[in-house]
Amino acid sequence: MKPYEIVTEPIDPQRYADYVLRPEAGAVTLFTGHVREWTRGIRTLYLAYEAYAPMAEKMLARIGEEIEQKWPGTRTAIAHRIGELRIGEIAVVIAVSSPHRKDAYEANEYAIERIKESVPVWKKEIWEDGTEWIGDQRKKPDTQGEKP
Amino acid sequence: MITLLYFAGLREATGTAQEEADLDGKTVAELIAWVGERYPHLSLEAVRVAINEEYAPESDVLQAGDTAALIPPVSGG
Repeated sequence: MKPYEIVTEPIDPQRYADYVLRPEAGAVTLFTGHVREWTRGIRTLYLAYEAYAPMAEKMLARIGEEIEQKWPGTRTAIAHRIGELRIGEIAVVIAVSSPHRKDAYEANEYAIERIKESVPVWKKEIWEDGTEWIGDQRKKPDTQGEKP
Repeated sequence: MITLLYFAGLREATGTAQEEADLDGKTVAELIAWVGERYPHLSLEAVRVAINEEYAPESDVLQAGDTAALIPPVSGG
């Protein structure tokens, strides 16, 4: 495994927790993001993720560097899976270790927020009656994807 | 020549993942305008451009051999 990677196979979160664990670490936070069945009352059958993989891995590594600067003494590993994922499967894993727990919690949340705003990965929701590429919903509804 | 990459909804709407274009010396803003003329049905307002895997401001100038990726709003996580 690489500490910052885009993968196509199912994610084993323990590998990332093991990677960040060191003798100096008193805490490891392990976040796993999963495929959710129900969003805004609409049932998702499965998700399809796509990435600009080389750039996405660079951006993940940069998030790790930002975390090391903001919370010295932490170590981070992040993986995002692409391809077709079923309900309940892990799409993203973030592991952060730190000497004390507060930093590991804060840094872990920082990582997922940064992923959602800057890492070139896209999610397509597949429903019973249509599909849609999901974009940044803070700005406006998805205008690139086809409408169901 | 510049290599253009399209992802997600842009890839589906253009029907292409990658193409070459003679945009050497053009700015990122001019690149977006070129794409908008070529594919008038695309909505490009929220699209960012990455040159050689780095987000680039609209004033950046493209050079022969660059790879320019059109990045629609991301939705990872």
